Amino acid sequence: MAADGGMGHATKRREDVRFLTGRGKYTDDYTPAKTTYCAFARSTVANGKINSIDTKDAAGMPGVVTVFTGEDFAEVGGNPAGWLINSRDGEPMKEPKRPVLAHGKVRHVGDAYAAVIAETLEQAMDAVEAIDADIDELDAVVNMVDALANSTTLVHDEIGTNQCFDWGWIEDNRAATDEAIKNAPHVTTLELVNNRLVPNAMEPRCSIGEYDPGTGDYKLTTTSQNPHLTRLLISAFVMGIPENKLTVHAPDVGGGFGSKIYHYGEEALVLAAAKKLNRPVKWTSTRTEAFLSDAHGRDHVTKIELACERDGTFIAFRTETMANVGAYLSNFSTATPTFLHGTLMAGNYTVPNVYVNVKAVFTNTAPVDAYRGAGRPEATFSLERVIDKAARELGMDPIALRRKNFIKPDQYPYASAAGLEYDSGNYDALMDGLEAAADLAGFEARRAESAKNGKLRGLGINSYIEACGIAPSNLVGVLGSRVGLYDAATVRVNATGNISVMVGAHSHGQGHETAFPQVVADMLGVDPMSIEIVHGDTSKIPFGMGTYGSRSLAVCGSAVFRATEKIIKKATLIAAHMMEDKPENVDFEDGDFSVKGTNKKVSFGDVALKAYIPHDFPLEDIEPGLEETAFYDPANFTYPSGAYACEVEVDPDTGKVDICSMIAMDDFGNVVNPMIVTGQVQGGLAQGIGQALLEHGIYDENGQLLSGSLMDYAMPRADDLPNFVVDHSHATRCTHNPIGVKGCGEAGAIGSPPTVVNAVVDALQRGGHDVEHIDMPVSPARVWEAMNG
Amino acid sequence: MPTITMNVNGTAVSANVENRTVLSAALREELGLTGTHIGCDTSQCGACVVHVNGKAVKACTMFAVEANGADVDTIEGQAHVDGSLNVIQQAFQDHHGLQCGFCTPGMIMSAAALLKENPKPTEAEVRDYLEGNICRCTGYQGIVNAIMAASGQTPAIAAE
Repeated sequence: MAADGGMGHATKRREDVRFLTGRGKYTDDYTPAKTTYCAFARSTVANGKINSIDTKDAAGMPGVVTVFTGEDFAEVGGNPAGWLINSRDGEPMKEPKRPVLAHGKVRHVGDAYAAVIAETLEQAMDAVEAIDADIDELDAVVNMVDALANSTTLVHDEIGTNQCFDWGWIEDNRAATDEAIKNAPHVTTLELVNNRLVPNAMEPRCSIGEYDPGTGDYKLTTTSQNPHLTRLLISAFVMGIPENKLTVHAPDVGGGFGSKIYHYGEEALVLAAAKKLNRPVKWTSTRTEAFLSDAHGRDHVTKIELACERDGTFIAFRTETMANVGAYLSNFSTATPTFLHGTLMAGNYTVPNVYVNVKAVFTNTAPVDAYRGAGRPEATFSLERVIDKAARELGMDPIALRRKNFIKPDQYPYASAAGLEYDSGNYDALMDGLEAAADLAGFEARRAESAKNGKLRGLGINSYIEACGIAPSNLVGVLGSRVGLYDAATVRVNATGNISVMVGAHSHGQGHETAFPQVVADMLGVDPMSIEIVHGDTSKIPFGMGTYGSRSLAVCGSAVFRATEKIIKKATLIAAHMMEDKPENVDFEDGDFSVKGTNKKVSFGDVALKAYIPHDFPLEDIEPGLEETAFYDPANFTYPSGAYACEVEVDPDTGKVDICSMIAMDDFGNVVNPMIVTGQVQGGLAQGIGQALLEHGIYDENGQLLSGSLMDYAMPRADDLPNFVVDHSHATRCTHNPIGVKGCGEAGAIGSPPTVVNAVVDALQRGGHDVEHIDMPVSPARVWEAMNG
Repeated sequence: MPTITMNVNGTAVSANVENRTVLSAALREELGLTGTHIGCDTSQCGACVVHVNGKAVKACTMFAVEANGADVDTIEGQAHVDGSLNVIQQAFQDHHGLQCGFCTPGMIMSAAALLKENPKPTEAEVRDYLEGNICRCTGYQGIVNAIMAASGQTPAIAAE
């Protein structure tokens, strides 16, 4: 039954109240007694040999407690990559060590090589200036083509190459794909760049280390999307602190978008320092440090070919991509350009041949890892741009060309040529909805109106599919993952009937405290406000893998569902005992247990109380208490999909692009809280439009980050964006998780970039300019250059 | 270190601050008012917007000593005396104008200043006014809707 505020209800978020009143508690809002402050010395050169680091003067500065250099961590482990990727020749990827602090060499601007701990932050920052680092600047490797061609200038000397791996997917499809392209009546080719992005969660990273010498317990309070994963990495790989002696607590987290998935060296450092000093040690990133040291996103250079029949039937997609991994392998960096990208290269289409080659390249730049969408925006951008170009070359309508090749609703489950089995979808229904919402019939009139005002109007269309609900452990294990990707939940019904739900997922803006109780309330027929979510603290929650990859509800929510099912099963036993009947005769509905065919009835609250006062329990059959845990490992990825439309106006005098409309038709399966889902899509759209029009992490040839502040890196502001039309009514249920949900967190960022660029190219084409492609960000300068260059 | 006295959210408070301490840091570190957030180091993000003598100010752009003797209002003082949300805060909750909540205090303080200056802004005026407040989560639509609603106007495209 749908409890008030249960599944499908646009319940207002309960967590909002503390955020709106300034009572949110983010990591930097915690300052334990006797806290010391940490500041890092970071490389100003992209590639350098460390000759010596003299910390003597710094150590003597006022308030300085201690100074660390890379040498202090030479014996501890490296921060590992989570996925082992093998090259086409069978060789495993190159995995140079990623140390806590740079040792021997610095490898990107912002690479930390020393840390000062002082009584105040200002004293620590002052002392960093007094560190005398003798570092020889070396030539930097920045451009990926140069990096692969260059065998003398290396990011990591010990591996003898700048290539991390050379991966093929699916290798068995390679010959057939090559053959199909060779013989195809028509081949469309496009070279494109997926621009480097800086995630820029508004809350900068922050970490506080604490150590209790009495118990030997460590505590790390940190900005994390996945506290258990962080604990595992620190314990098993980097510091060797036993997991049971380390608590990782991520309190309120101010956005992440991927950048707070990863374990960073600063976290290990504050723990080591806290133990050495026997005092809390706090580090809070500045925005400048965030630009230089947070994991960046995207940064692919791709050539894609689409082979098709003259009637537009797709025959093959073949992709060659160079993926920048930066100076070190961040935790998910090797999975992002491979299994989160290559496996999506069949898109929504019945194409029989797909082959993807990805070369991952080390450069003297900040590490690159998963950022909202993670591989899937790159796949969608390549596919949907080359399809648009093919439509023009074939003289076909871009919607008709897509529809001609869509997988049809009766074809599920559908084994894509890129190795995934899609369980459900209806791409034609999404496109039908889009065509209606976008008023395509009125486009010509709008275009004429724009022309009257001297503007070129264009229409961009896109369809996408993503693999979310990350991920089935058995599958990802085969693909190289070193972890499982299940999640976990404990449902604890307290004696007085209210409920605590401990979950492995961790909200950094997604509204879990509101949405998860909606699921439980629906199942138990109780007031959602009687249910509290506990998350973010490894000492309180079961081992879960956290929040990313649009997985929280699909994976952790399914664990919540399973644990709640167990609660109902056990409560039914207790109710049967209370009503002196057999469990199979007991029904549970609207929060009441009753015996079929009688007027015997006990409420859920009565059963909860009885569970903890088991004076007359048959203890061989029923244990006291009402608390259940479930680990849920998905059977498959989920496959959200969508159809997007965008109209733009281009000012031919300046090249400036204005977005007139953006419409997102998404299929997320079942929806638990439509308000939150709409907000997730709107936020994703903003980041996707940011990528398409504004944002770019630009390194110069010396490896200096030119767009390294919010004054240089163009974040979307309120006046850059339109109102969005968001619709998730064309839903097909996910067939393999118990809630039927697919995940919505990344869709907007995946679907919107090609939609915008398709619209800009369409505007220029309709305006008589022979422009086939403009790389993102589609800035005024680039548009003007394309029109006039 | 100079001692400053301010009237913060209606209460007189004193703090010892270094000359170089900015107001945002003083509010957080000396007065424990951690609702004012610090999201950047170039006065771009707007997470630290407070009101000084009734005007919206990015608290990282002035030294704490410059606020000596001033009336300072922060997010902690915005709710009604009984703890219930004020009109703008309530509109943010109703229109899903926040996700992670980190930019939210600055947004609320900017919105309050906007509606004081311009009680019935157009949507374009709202978007223009928020140019100095960055939100990475919402795409701004929920925020704009909330401010329109708080001014008694109907948002262009409502949320669910």
